[in-house]
Amino acid sequence: MAEFEPKIVAFVCNWCTYAGADLTGTSRIKYASNVRIIRFPCTGRIDYMLLIKAFDEGADGIIVSGCHPNDCHYTSGNFHARRRWIMFRSLCNFTGIDTERIKFSWVSAAEGARWADIVNATVSEIREKGPYTEYHKVSRHAEKEVNHG
Amino acid sequence: MVDLIKKAKELIETSAVKVVIGYEEGTGNKTRALFVEKTEDADRLIFDSRCVQNLAAYITKKEIKDKGKMAIAATLPVMRSIIQLASEFQVNDSNLLVLGITPESKLVEFANLVEVETFVHQYQIEIDARNKEMLDKLEKMTQPERWKFWIDELAPCFKCYACRAACPMCYCSRCTVDFNQPQWIPVASTELGNLEWHLMRAIHLTGRCIDCDACYNACPLSIPINLLTKKMLLDAKEHFGGYQPALKGDHLMSTYKPDDKENFIQ
Repeated sequence: MAEFEPKIVAFVCNWCTYAGADLTGTSRIKYASNVRIIRFPCTGRIDYMLLIKAFDEGADGIIVSGCHPNDCHYTSGNFHARRRWIMFRSLCNFTGIDTERIKFSWVSAAEGARWADIVNATVSEIREKGPYTEYHKVSRHAEKEVNHG
Repeated sequence: MVDLIKKAKELIETSAVKVVIGYEEGTGNKTRALFVEKTEDADRLIFDSRCVQNLAAYITKKEIKDKGKMAIAATLPVMRSIIQLASEFQVNDSNLLVLGITPESKLVEFANLVEVETFVHQYQIEIDARNKEMLDKLEKMTQPERWKFWIDELAPCFKCYACRAACPMCYCSRCTVDFNQPQWIPVASTELGNLEWHLMRAIHLTGRCIDCDACYNACPLSIPINLLTKKMLLDAKEHFGGYQPALKGDHLMSTYKPDDKENFIQ
């Protein structure tokens, strides 16, 4: 059987991490291809429901990333997001969602190499942990995918 | 509650208010909400330890608001809810008169919401020992154990939304759970869908829930959903110094501090 390849969804902000990931590419740094990047205007726009839905749709790990504090394009979007993540992460942990599968990070537009490191580290950690079957077992979407091969 | 009946009659007679919201004897040794619009109805008003329903849930309802100015028999949690609703611009002095009932079951009259706020701030929101024990127990479990606990606890939920109806803070005219494009949460009762619904509810109540337990009391299956909001209450205290409903100032989740501390962002 082939080695398990985790599906990682990355929710990133347009102004820092997306540009950072772009730099990773233009710098020709190679990194794991398991990540599906979804671009948002700002980390403040990343609704917690989207993270839950990503697991529901079959993700094994999630990366949420945006501008460093004080660098937000909209001044305070990432500060609001940080407060939300603090509460949301704790609630997830309390309900038994594996919070080790959700990685939060700040990656600036200049940190192309750092983005590659974060993705690689996440992928290897999730690969070790294996698929998130605990969650996918109760999710209707992930199940569908299994049925249809 | 002779004082309350007298006061209600007086308010209706003088047309100071159009409706007085209080409790009356229900069925099965339970109490229910009473809307007094005629003086003779006021005699049915009661108050005792069984009156745990949060009456503040009615004051944002259109059909009640349309009647005109309301008076409400408000216990401490109800008064807290009222202050929170006022801070969210849902009620104000011109459409609401508060007839406070102190924890010692005494009637106090308030001229305006500022007085209610002052009264409410004398008491801290405290989580009772039984629930605290339960929270500790869950905290000590491993992650898979907690997952199993919640999936099992929430599995019988059939999404009657009694918790939502009973909550004074759930006044949105259209709830996310009612959306079908996109459909965030499945309509049918599914293990994951139920968890998603209760996660969403807890998050939307973060920084707003005043821990009245109305959701838990309303649940026909007695699912301990109030533990989720209690956990959020404790976290707010731990991370942001806590909150209490106040007429002025920022809400917990609509503001931030540049030096908010966390230990998980890389």
